[in-house]
Amino acid sequence: MSSYSITEPSRRQKWIAAILVVTYAVITMLPLLWIISTGFKSSSDAIAYPPKVAFQPSLEGYVNLFTTQTLQTPEQAEAPPPDTWYGKLVHEKGLAIVGPSRFGERFTNSVIIGFGSTFLSVFLGTLAAYAFSRYRVPLKDDLLFFILSTRMMPPIAVAIPIFLMFRSLGLSDTHLGMILLYTAVNLSLSVWLLKGFMDEIPREYEEAALIDGYTRFQAFTKVVLPQAATGIAATAIFCLIFAWNEYAFAVLLTSGAAQTAPPFIPTIIGVAGQDWPAVAAGATLFLMPVMVFTILLRKHLLRGITFGAVRK
Amino acid sequence: MERAARATPAGVARKIKGLSDRAIAWIFIAPTVFLLLAVNIFPLIWTIQLSFTNYRANRPNAEVKWIGTRNYERILTDGDIWLTMQATAHFLFWTLLLQVLIGFALAWLINRKFKGNDLWTTIIVLPMMLSPAVVGNFWTFLYQPQIGLFNYAVAFFTGADVTSFSMIGDKALAPWAIIIVDTWMWTPFVMLICLAGLRSIPDSIYEAAECDRASKWRQFWTITVPMVLPFLMLAVLFRGIENFKMFDLVVQLTGGGPGNTTTLTSIDLKREAFEKWRTGYSSAYAIILFVTVFGLASIYVKALNKVKER
Repeated sequence: MSSYSITEPSRRQKWIAAILVVTYAVITMLPLLWIISTGFKSSSDAIAYPPKVAFQPSLEGYVNLFTTQTLQTPEQAEAPPPDTWYGKLVHEKGLAIVGPSRFGERFTNSVIIGFGSTFLSVFLGTLAAYAFSRYRVPLKDDLLFFILSTRMMPPIAVAIPIFLMFRSLGLSDTHLGMILLYTAVNLSLSVWLLKGFMDEIPREYEEAALIDGYTRFQAFTKVVLPQAATGIAATAIFCLIFAWNEYAFAVLLTSGAAQTAPPFIPTIIGVAGQDWPAVAAGATLFLMPVMVFTILLRKHLLRGITFGAVRK
Repeated sequence: MERAARATPAGVARKIKGLSDRAIAWIFIAPTVFLLLAVNIFPLIWTIQLSFTNYRANRPNAEVKWIGTRNYERILTDGDIWLTMQATAHFLFWTLLLQVLIGFALAWLINRKFKGNDLWTTIIVLPMMLSPAVVGNFWTFLYQPQIGLFNYAVAFFTGADVTSFSMIGDKALAPWAIIIVDTWMWTPFVMLICLAGLRSIPDSIYEAAECDRASKWRQFWTITVPMVLPFLMLAVLFRGIENFKMFDLVVQLTGGGPGNTTTLTSIDLKREAFEKWRTGYSSAYAIILFVTVFGLASIYVKALNKVKER
């Protein structure tokens, strides 16, 4: 920074660039900030005109998200409000809680299917990537291209035969079915990314281990795997984010037991149409983990989203 | 891991040691290939087979007849399909154009290396990583006339009446409603790739150009643009394939409406396959789409390789 270079932008240029980029960043964040703030609005504040920036925070959205409610019976209306804070909140609106909502289940499904498929695709992907990286595999380029080309099919096109297949195998609307499906979809990403990471580990390390009397397999587990740990972790997060966000297969192949959160959140409705504070609350809880992971991943972002085609 | 390796009985351990490299290679690759065959290739072959029949998935017991290429003929002569193709082309053209222009401009600005550019880059990237279905659904709220933030902002800056337009209710505006959200979500993708391209240009080239007294304008067109072009083309390839497959975001935003103005091919295919249950017909439709993507992508990759060789 200290040395002057003719290619270094001038101070003024930097200022103008910074102002423009920050302006764009602020505009781009508005919808996301709006989701988070709507989650803490009362239902009347959420649909106020003009849109409210300052408001009295309320947990109504979160309570609605996690509970199902009905109109109070006359006895309930006269009875004193329940002791719990959320019970009181609902009572004031003339409603009564009848039980938990399905959001918890759907969120749990997302976690199970997300982590299950991530583990499998990273496990299988690591093995395949090592083989592609280190051995001469016949038809290697064709196989690698075949693995990539599986991503070109529109998910709806793949869903037709998968739907029939799952129906005859009894895998429709099961965790196992969705885990296998997401694993297959993520494998292409996982193999391509991990092959890139493995290619960067010098072969000399393994060769030294082999000379020391390690078997090939030991050299793989004790030398290569620890070296590839960062790459494996980054790949795992990318696979997890994909499975977490996936909607098309989830909406077509699951309806109840194994339904994940993305098809569920848009269906959260209140008394009159969509209950926006509850939708926003669900969206906030659902999007937050990905935002955190994105910040953690920033160094690997490019590689992950381009299948390793661009490295920084 | 270590304990497992030690606990391995001696006989088995010797066997592992004895495995040839070739055997290890195949043992490592086989599960992946098997799973991909089962979940990708087998279904693809099945789709091809179904595409020549009149099968309907909601009537599994009905007689399945082989009807030759009739499904294909029907699709290619159906006027509505061409309308959805047009809607898809319109969506593809404008999203790619906007994302390339804005994405490149942002990358160019970020590459001025001002203080804190890493932080702002990460913030800009956030929308891209989120669930399109969940975010798309929330955008319908932002797009609502009167209470929506988007309409309010537009009205605030243009002086128009907030209730005078509805982004997703109006036939003329709906195609733009999906373009705006897709551009908001995916511009950072193009930006990141362009940024990698810009950072790959060595300073020495600009220094040499400076010595030759080349103007900044000339440097931009003769150094920056050509050197970033392969990266930009790669970004367009990825976005093109993704947007050709576009489903989740648009389904949540407009559901294909109003009328058929935002019925992209994937949405149309979903209606044929999972609402009208014309399985045979939609299988043929799927094959046609796949061949189209594959064909266009192959031609494009050839062009990309030519640009890279230059």
